[in-house]
Amino acid sequence: MKVEAKLEFQTSTAPKTGADLLIDLLVKEGVETIFGYPGGAVLPVYDAIYKAKDRISHILFRHEQGMIHAAEGFARITGKPGVVIATSGPGATNLVTGITDAMMDSLPLVVFTGQVARSVIGTDAFQEADVMAITTPITKHNYQVQSISDLPRIVKEAFHIASTGRPGPVLVDLPKDITSGVLTDAPEDTDMDIPGYQPTFKPNPMQIKKLADSLAKAHKPVILAGAGVLHAKASEQLTAFAVKHNIPVATTLLGLGSFPADNALSLGMAGMHGTYAANMALYESDLLINFGARFDDRLTGSLKHFAPYAKVAHIDIDPAEIGKNVPTQIPIVADAKVALTELLIQAESSPKSEEWVEKVLTFKQEFPLWYKHDPKGMCPQWLIEAVHKVTNGDAIVATDVGQHQMWAAQYYTFNQPHRWITSGGLGTMGFGFPAAIGAQLAAPESTVVAIVGDGGFQMTLQELSVIYERKLPIKIIIVNNGALGMVRQWQELMYDNRTSESILHTQPDFVKLAESYGIRGVMIDNPEELIASLPELFAHDGPVLIDCRVLQQEKVYPMITPGKGLNEMIGVKPE
Amino acid sequence: MKRIITLTVQDRSGVLNRVTGLLQRRQFNISSISVGPTETEGVSKMTLVVEVEDDQRLEQVTKQLNKQIDVLKVSDITDKAIVARELALIKVASGSQLRSEINGLIDPFRAIIVDVCKESITVQVTGKPDKIDALIELLRPFGIKEIARTGLTAFLRGHQPQVNESATYSLIK
Repeated sequence: MKVEAKLEFQTSTAPKTGADLLIDLLVKEGVETIFGYPGGAVLPVYDAIYKAKDRISHILFRHEQGMIHAAEGFARITGKPGVVIATSGPGATNLVTGITDAMMDSLPLVVFTGQVARSVIGTDAFQEADVMAITTPITKHNYQVQSISDLPRIVKEAFHIASTGRPGPVLVDLPKDITSGVLTDAPEDTDMDIPGYQPTFKPNPMQIKKLADSLAKAHKPVILAGAGVLHAKASEQLTAFAVKHNIPVATTLLGLGSFPADNALSLGMAGMHGTYAANMALYESDLLINFGARFDDRLTGSLKHFAPYAKVAHIDIDPAEIGKNVPTQIPIVADAKVALTELLIQAESSPKSEEWVEKVLTFKQEFPLWYKHDPKGMCPQWLIEAVHKVTNGDAIVATDVGQHQMWAAQYYTFNQPHRWITSGGLGTMGFGFPAAIGAQLAAPESTVVAIVGDGGFQMTLQELSVIYERKLPIKIIIVNNGALGMVRQWQELMYDNRTSESILHTQPDFVKLAESYGIRGVMIDNPEELIASLPELFAHDGPVLIDCRVLQQEKVYPMITPGKGLNEMIGVKPE
Repeated sequence: MKRIITLTVQDRSGVLNRVTGLLQRRQFNISSISVGPTETEGVSKMTLVVEVEDDQRLEQVTKQLNKQIDVLKVSDITDKAIVARELALIKVASGSQLRSEINGLIDPFRAIIVDVCKESITVQVTGKPDKIDALIELLRPFGIKEIARTGLTAFLRGHQPQVNESATYSLIK
């Protein structure tokens, strides 16, 4: 280990602890906001936070699950790691869902968990849990600190690993004797020591040439844009590349915003509830260029029917994603931005694809997304369109999981990147509202909307306290259909209408609930009232909860039912 | 198909758990695993024998292992010129009258007797797994009381034949 320099060591009368050092290291990493919840094993850390109040801001949540989803929302908007602190045992295990969610959706997090003192680890001590074993499969990497002198290196490595390559969560388990241990000397600032971690950023020039040649020869090219484009901040390059070669672009659920929805070449979202144009373009194409999407099963449908005629090029920073689900002829391990920049130089000849582009753009005209207005009530799809309108399509939108999530994905069309926060891979109910809190903390000037279902909202609604306390002007839209809508939809379609446990017969009064937290709440059950009041509600200088009663029977269409291929969509047109 | 995969890993707490946990989670079957220190301090070597269905799954297992931060290198050495050995201890029920017979039987395997008591003897054998399997089968009729095997450990031979040398050889041509 090389010695670089002595860390800045502030002199004060109280003895400096491992926890004080930790906070110094966080400040050094540029951390301004901590998402946390105290407890016995992290008392030394919270004492250090108390002392460092002027250097770092700590947001106290009401449940560890809420705070880690908030950290995910923060990471999604800033691209920087969200920093989480929880206590040992239940504090740590309550984080498991959020860590897994971040792992699936490649979000950078650095999670610190308290641990019992090393002398009692393994004795089933009070609030002891084997956090290392629990989180090994759900983190990009994890550490248990065994010596105060390791702290500088571990913190540096944790931030580096979380935020580079394919981002992901890194957990650091902090035994209490480490954080409460008194520093006798300024610890040495040590270099990172991770020879086994060297992500590839630059594409192989041979493969880039192969893709350029294939593109020149293609007749039916299509681009699939995933979240990798957003992580690489490569939307501009992607748009330039698609426009230069006249290639239609479909995005994944998490890739929404990576390509402007109002661009003529945009086909919208592909997959289970994607557009006809996007899915048919993938199905019929002869060259599929995937930038940073992982060919998830909700995107591909049955692999047998996925892009059966296409030569597949896959650009991904994670080599393990290439060829995992879909056989790939042109594998390119690279950062999406570096690869696109290279392609913009190397790929000179455009494909002869006028006929093809005309065909898929006709699909877009002939088979647009649709829903039927119903005089009996408010259509959820229309509600999303109304929210889009009142926010000029420029809000940061965070959603939960289920029908409202799909409607938001379909109808809140994004023309800009980094506006869309949703739980894609893990599909975590309860994600949307706290994620919106993290987003608002990351972007205080932006309009942030949490579009949530009545089911999911009830999983993490305790964080209403946080938005009241922090005066965060988040607008919460509850798409309230009195049901676990997506479960109900599948039961109706595939289980012969046996709606087992998917109807919520009792609901809290969401307006009173909001008011009990000191937040303005309104209930709206008809389109006229919504149109009339939305502008004022969104202009309100503080959080508002809007309980929108929508038609219960509405289903998300079009749809590829499980086991079916992209070419076997149902509900493409009104009956 | 059975593949022999060697890993060099950082000798850090939990690294074995990372590797076996990953294989379990991604549904790869481990036939054997052996771990030990190497010539470099702080670096360990693991030899895995895994059962995989096809090349695509093989590619996945090596890529996923490579993603582990503590894993320095992953090599599938199945098709290379390698030295591969396993050690087995086999306790065979045997009174004194059978000992010379067993001795004659294990001799061609270059196995040795490492423990003797009234009712049993313990045979130690080193070699490739199929050689060990063969010896076990031969000893089975005597009554095997216990078997302990280390799992395969392997590395590349000092000299690797050129690719054209290892092409299919035919007597007719």
